[in-house]
Amino acid sequence: MKGFWHDAVEFFPILMSGVVLTIVVTIGSLLLSTVLGLVWAMMRVSGIKVLSVLSASLINVIRGIPIIVLLFYLYFVMPDLGVTLSALQAAILGLGIAYSAYQAENFRAGIEAIDKGQIEAAQSIGMGWWLTMRRVVLPQAVRIVLPPYGNVMIMMLKDSSQASTITVAELALQGKLIASSTFKNTNVFTMVALMYLTMSIPLILLVRHFEKRAGKK
Amino acid sequence: MIDLKDVHKSFGENEVLKGITASVQKGEVVCVVGPSGSGKSTILRCINGLESYDRGEISVEELKVDRDAPSIVKVRTQVSMVFQRFNLFPHRTVLENVIEGPLYVKKEPRAAALERGRMLLAQVGLAEKADAHPPQLSGGQQQRVAIARALAMQPKAILFDEPTSALDPELVGDVLGVMRKLADDGMTMVVVTHEMGFARDVADRVLFIDGGVIVEQGPAKALLNQPQHPRTQDFLRRVLHPL
Repeated sequence: MKGFWHDAVEFFPILMSGVVLTIVVTIGSLLLSTVLGLVWAMMRVSGIKVLSVLSASLINVIRGIPIIVLLFYLYFVMPDLGVTLSALQAAILGLGIAYSAYQAENFRAGIEAIDKGQIEAAQSIGMGWWLTMRRVVLPQAVRIVLPPYGNVMIMMLKDSSQASTITVAELALQGKLIASSTFKNTNVFTMVALMYLTMSIPLILLVRHFEKRAGKK
Repeated sequence: MIDLKDVHKSFGENEVLKGITASVQKGEVVCVVGPSGSGKSTILRCINGLESYDRGEISVEELKVDRDAPSIVKVRTQVSMVFQRFNLFPHRTVLENVIEGPLYVKKEPRAAALERGRMLLAQVGLAEKADAHPPQLSGGQQQRVAIARALAMQPKAILFDEPTSALDPELVGDVLGVMRKLADDGMTMVVVTHEMGFARDVADRVLFIDGGVIVEQGPAKALLNQPQHPRTQDFLRRVLHPL
């Protein structure tokens, strides 16, 4: 830990550029996984056999492939198929798809936790499927879904480091690059760890807030 | 205005409705009584398409009830339903519950919907609870809100599915009072209930259902005071004199 503060000041700007990319990857894949997860979940509960089977199989395929393999596939294999993605695009797409499976299961659990009587009440005043979802089911499901959603946010923040495997120069990769050129492994990786922790803490507090609110009902 | 012709319905192997034929005239109050599991609630749920039926035909004002057809929305806006467990929307205020249908299904202007919503809440004696959330209310109050929500659709008939069965005994009277007022105002009502006093005093006609068939039907007072069929007699004796 010799000269930690000296190194900290020196490496901070480079690591910050990594932090920016980490945040971009996390937010990008969070949005994508939320939208995709919502689509899978809606297909799953639509009551239309083809859609629910399709969604269930998709979720299983996605869940059964490691994130890192998904990233390699998007970044190294897709160009052979004529689709070239930048490393950042591939990272956001890969993490977004990978996490959409977990999001979908979370959303589905939330939707299915809503009392059947709520849906019948909505139908009895003439609401169709979509209006029932939008006005009755989803607003109530959000409360149930938020705490696990917050946990997914924390996991995504940390898993964004996997983007380093396809050359996205986010925090973990920046750390590794500095460490391998300066041999100051201890100082650099301590900094990297602290920076991830610093970003996680607000999210952890957010989850706690969600849990309290859901508990209050 | 509500017609059932030879309606059959099974849940798997279990046939719960075995050929129900009945009709309800405009302005009539019909009580449906019978032991639990006899298919009373299923009849109501078939009338507004919450359940499908296997055979026969149900129509509301000449419009066939088919839960898979787009016309079901029209049936449901004409025939409202009040549930045993109220089923109010807990994430919305009392007033929002009442105007939800008029606003989002019938697309009425907000101001008009709000005005009628408040009027209906006053009618069920809950004007001051407009901004409360349902979980803050007693069961009896929630059920009266549910009745206001049903009325807000300006239905031609209201179906009541054991509206007082989930209530504490001292709260039953308030709900029955509101229902009696509706009946006096000429609302067409089909009420599944175990409240024989209400059936005798308010209903025009009573259907006694057992085992998925209508065992006996007739004018309320006659049927409840002098039941003809042994099964009706047996059921009424058990309900009225449980000891």
